[in-house]
Amino acid sequence: MTIPLAGVATSNAALRNLLHGLPGVDRVGADQRAAMLGTRSIKTTAKAEGIDLAIRMVDLTTLEGADTPGKVRAMCAKAARPDPGDPSVPKVAAVCVYPDLVARAVSALGGSGVKVASVATAFPSGRSSPEVKVAETAFAVAAGADEIDMVIDRGAFLTGDYLKVFEEIAAVKEACARPGDGRDAHLKVILETGELATYDNVRRASWLAMLAGGDFVKTSTGKVQPAATLPVTLIMLEAVRDFLAATGRKVGVKPAGGIRTTKDALKMLVLVNETVGDGWLDPGWFRLGASSLLNDLLMQRQKLATGRYAGPDYFTLD
Amino acid sequence: MSRAEPARLAVRKTYKLYIGGAFPRSESGRSYAVTSSRGEFLANASKASRKDARDAVSAARKAFAGWSGATAHNRGQILYRVAEMLEGRRAQFAAELTEAGTRRAGAVVDAAVDRLVWYAGWSDKIGAVAGTANPVAGPYFNVSSPEPTGVVAVIAPDEPLLGLVSVIAPVIVTGNTCVVVASERAPLPSITLAEVLATSDLPGGVVNILTGSAGELAPWLAGHMDVNAVDLTGVTDRSLAVACEEAAAENLKRVLRPAALSFSRGGKGSGEGKGESGAGGTDWFADPGTGRLTAFLETKTVWHPLGP
Amino acid sequence: MFEYAPAPESRDVVDIKPSYRLFIGGEWVDSRGEERHKTVNPATEEALAEIAWATEEDVDRAVGAARQAFGAWSRTPGSERAKYLFRIARIIQERSRELAVLESLDNGKPIRESRDVDLPLVAAHFFYHAGWADKLGYAGYGPDPRPLGVAGQVIPWNFPLLMLAWKIAPALACGNTVVLKPAETTPLTALLFAEICRQADLPPGVVNIVTGAGETGAALVGHPGVDKVAFTGSTEVGRLIARSVAGSGKKVTLELGGKAANIVFDDAALDQAVEGVVNGIFFNQGHVCCAGSRLLVQESIADDLLDALKRRLATLRLGDPLDKNTDIGAINSAAQLARIRRLSDLGEAEGAERWSPVCPLPERGFWFPPTIFTGVAQSHRIAREEVFGPVLSVLTFRTPAEAVEKANNTPFGLSAGVWTEKGSRILWMADRLRAGVVWANTFNRFDPASPFGGYKESGYGREGGRHGLEAYLDV
Repeated sequence: MTIPLAGVATSNAALRNLLHGLPGVDRVGADQRAAMLGTRSIKTTAKAEGIDLAIRMVDLTTLEGADTPGKVRAMCAKAARPDPGDPSVPKVAAVCVYPDLVARAVSALGGSGVKVASVATAFPSGRSSPEVKVAETAFAVAAGADEIDMVIDRGAFLTGDYLKVFEEIAAVKEACARPGDGRDAHLKVILETGELATYDNVRRASWLAMLAGGDFVKTSTGKVQPAATLPVTLIMLEAVRDFLAATGRKVGVKPAGGIRTTKDALKMLVLVNETVGDGWLDPGWFRLGASSLLNDLLMQRQKLATGRYAGPDYFTLD
Repeated sequence: MSRAEPARLAVRKTYKLYIGGAFPRSESGRSYAVTSSRGEFLANASKASRKDARDAVSAARKAFAGWSGATAHNRGQILYRVAEMLEGRRAQFAAELTEAGTRRAGAVVDAAVDRLVWYAGWSDKIGAVAGTANPVAGPYFNVSSPEPTGVVAVIAPDEPLLGLVSVIAPVIVTGNTCVVVASERAPLPSITLAEVLATSDLPGGVVNILTGSAGELAPWLAGHMDVNAVDLTGVTDRSLAVACEEAAAENLKRVLRPAALSFSRGGKGSGEGKGESGAGGTDWFADPGTGRLTAFLETKTVWHPLGP
Repeated sequence: MFEYAPAPESRDVVDIKPSYRLFIGGEWVDSRGEERHKTVNPATEEALAEIAWATEEDVDRAVGAARQAFGAWSRTPGSERAKYLFRIARIIQERSRELAVLESLDNGKPIRESRDVDLPLVAAHFFYHAGWADKLGYAGYGPDPRPLGVAGQVIPWNFPLLMLAWKIAPALACGNTVVLKPAETTPLTALLFAEICRQADLPPGVVNIVTGAGETGAALVGHPGVDKVAFTGSTEVGRLIARSVAGSGKKVTLELGGKAANIVFDDAALDQAVEGVVNGIFFNQGHVCCAGSRLLVQESIADDLLDALKRRLATLRLGDPLDKNTDIGAINSAAQLARIRRLSDLGEAEGAERWSPVCPLPERGFWFPPTIFTGVAQSHRIAREEVFGPVLSVLTFRTPAEAVEKANNTPFGLSAGVWTEKGSRILWMADRLRAGVVWANTFNRFDPASPFGGYKESGYGREGGRHGLEAYLDV
């Protein structure tokens, strides 16, 4: 696909031309494709491999008003050693917290290899000034966040002010920089697909986020339903695939919100496998934003290993 | 004392074929004498050849896109116009029918006019009656609507006006075009009807009328690979009907069989009334029903997803 | 690559007998003839069971049984006939796993399709027509439309049980009795259906199943006691049937071949169009009469679409039909495989370019990889003849009018596909395509409420919906 990218970010009209020139998405067809892939039967060795991969892709998340340092510390312990009784269980990719708890998470995880991600930009609504959003990002980065999960301004997007959305993402991306050591924070751009409503919008918003410099596109905040559905993830995977072909830049995908069971997670992996291939079957390029998912993955893992169905009392609730 | 005026010699009409809106003679140069029911010479009618039939099919095919693409309202208007023109020639048709041995000729002309009016009204209603909105089990808009089959070859019954009108009108009102083989015995009213058609805004080629031998022409039409359907209503010879049906199989033509050869176990054959003894026994005054309309319609079903 | 471990559906749920007899008058009876043939699993060439090839005498007995049953069955109130059909539908649902496995074993189609497409549609057809049985007077065919009598039905091997349902459900709902002949390579689900008729206490003789090949079918179609002939299969055989019934007065419906155009415009929803093209030609190994076997793509996006199509084809999983992750199963028979090979070789010989993804084929059984021909012209035989296999011919067009012209430039007229985001163009195209089913922004969708059938040499009559009843009523 040839997409003319030069000068797109100079005006709303230019962005609109590009985004509305992308192929449309037929919802029924996309739903059917996702549903079909959802029927894949992942058993035995494939299931074991898939479960471990899924664990390595988890962004273990707590995003509550009631979050405390204690809660974050406990979650970090779980992230680094999901099953204290079984050292063969891999650690998760990252923890995801609010900005004010980043420093706690960083110290709790020190040296474990588990990344710290922070939501920012007036999460989850995104309704604040650009200055506040940039400042919040800078705060989280300064506190040691490896990754920033920003939200886009859905209001601006829905009114067609694509330039505003673009510029905010670009500004936040800039705030992710760490000029000192060069370890820039990775930027995940949350589209909040449940509020964008149409699949055409999901595709356009994905492209907008990628054009503006996002390293990942992420479905949802987890605060709005529907969240990380299979078809929405499918469309975002198609977007990163086409964006790589058009620009040579690879972008990751993170479905988040509503992925609770091993079956949900394996369906996501099938989607990745059959849409973009193994280039994205890696925590560097695909993440699962979740909280309760991890224990289900652990229970299914134990069932595969022991042949017995597992019970929740044997897994930690952190 | 007055002198008797010398008797004026009448100008006789030349009866030719009706193909593509024009009135050519048979390319074969053949004609045959048509006599009245009392055996008096009436006129020489063209005896169409298989090449005339071929030309008529070409004309019908050429006219199909325009006619089937016309609005139903427009086709209805034209059929009403045909009825009007026919009414205007009532006396002429009555005289021709009387010579052909038709009893109560005036009533027959009236019935033919009424039949045209009746079918004209179907143009923009058959879709509502023969079409459906289909509630499928999925997120789809799904409708079925009738469409014309294409070029229809019609072997008209030996019922020079009412029978002829009753087989042509249902074929064309839905958008088909046709090649009609008129009654061999009494072909003259069919050519007069062609004059009516030619002056009724009916595009040339929508109806093509051949006079001559059905036995000679029907097999060629039934076997023609650019004909989509064949109406054998006027075929009275069983072996000819069977031969035509066999020939029609070559390109899977839709076949409207003569009543005598239709399915008849306690019911009625497609499009025909009950209790018939054969094609000749059809009561052309009776309510024709929709059978002749639907016999030359295809059902097209269109699916489209429903999504925001 | 994320390798999926084998996930085979268990075949223990089916109990295949070593040999089968004919189902006539509610009983299993021996054929009067000597001929027995094996039906094989096309994925392994393993013989599954021995089948009798019914003789003319057997057919005569079956028609006699159907005739005998007709009187009482046609007088049975519609509301009672409806309940038999409901029963059958429920039993099909209850035994759907067994039927799906048996279908995949005998036919070679992937279990995902027999499980998720064929069986749900089979049950739906019986449910749908059950509802008609006591409402025929409202169907637009007069206040009290009568059945025709004995229906002789001959069905193909591509959707064995689904085609049975399309034939038997409306016939019974309308009060006819039937003699059905399944295809010689796929008789097993029809024979299991006979058992289901017994479980449903369907009166003896209302459904009779005679197995056999072309001669058995010809005997059935030609039997003077048959009032109605329904056939789904090739245009070639359809022609023979239309000829053979000439003069008999038998009512006939024929659902024959196709060479459907799947037309993709430059403004199409590309990812869904690719799925639609794949589903259009590779669903059921392309053994589909309405398959979108000609891809007509607007020249301006031809390269993009082909790249996307090839990328997608590389993910198709060919292999064991019973594996739940298989997308492409086995070709139904050696004869069909030979035909697909012959026409594909011809495509190459005529100058078209052949492409298949890397796709190892199992050693035993009948297999053909998903295949695309590019550089195809309308004059090539692969663009004109029905291949009935996983072979797609790609042609290009420049304008909507050219697309219509090319799409209609075939003696067939069963189906067509249109892919564009522009509504008015969809309706314009749908209006001009001479095909019985037009799928716009979708393909290969079926529903008992939706009439199906062709224009021109794709046959006549409709199956499904209100229109489908006409084929089984004396109207």
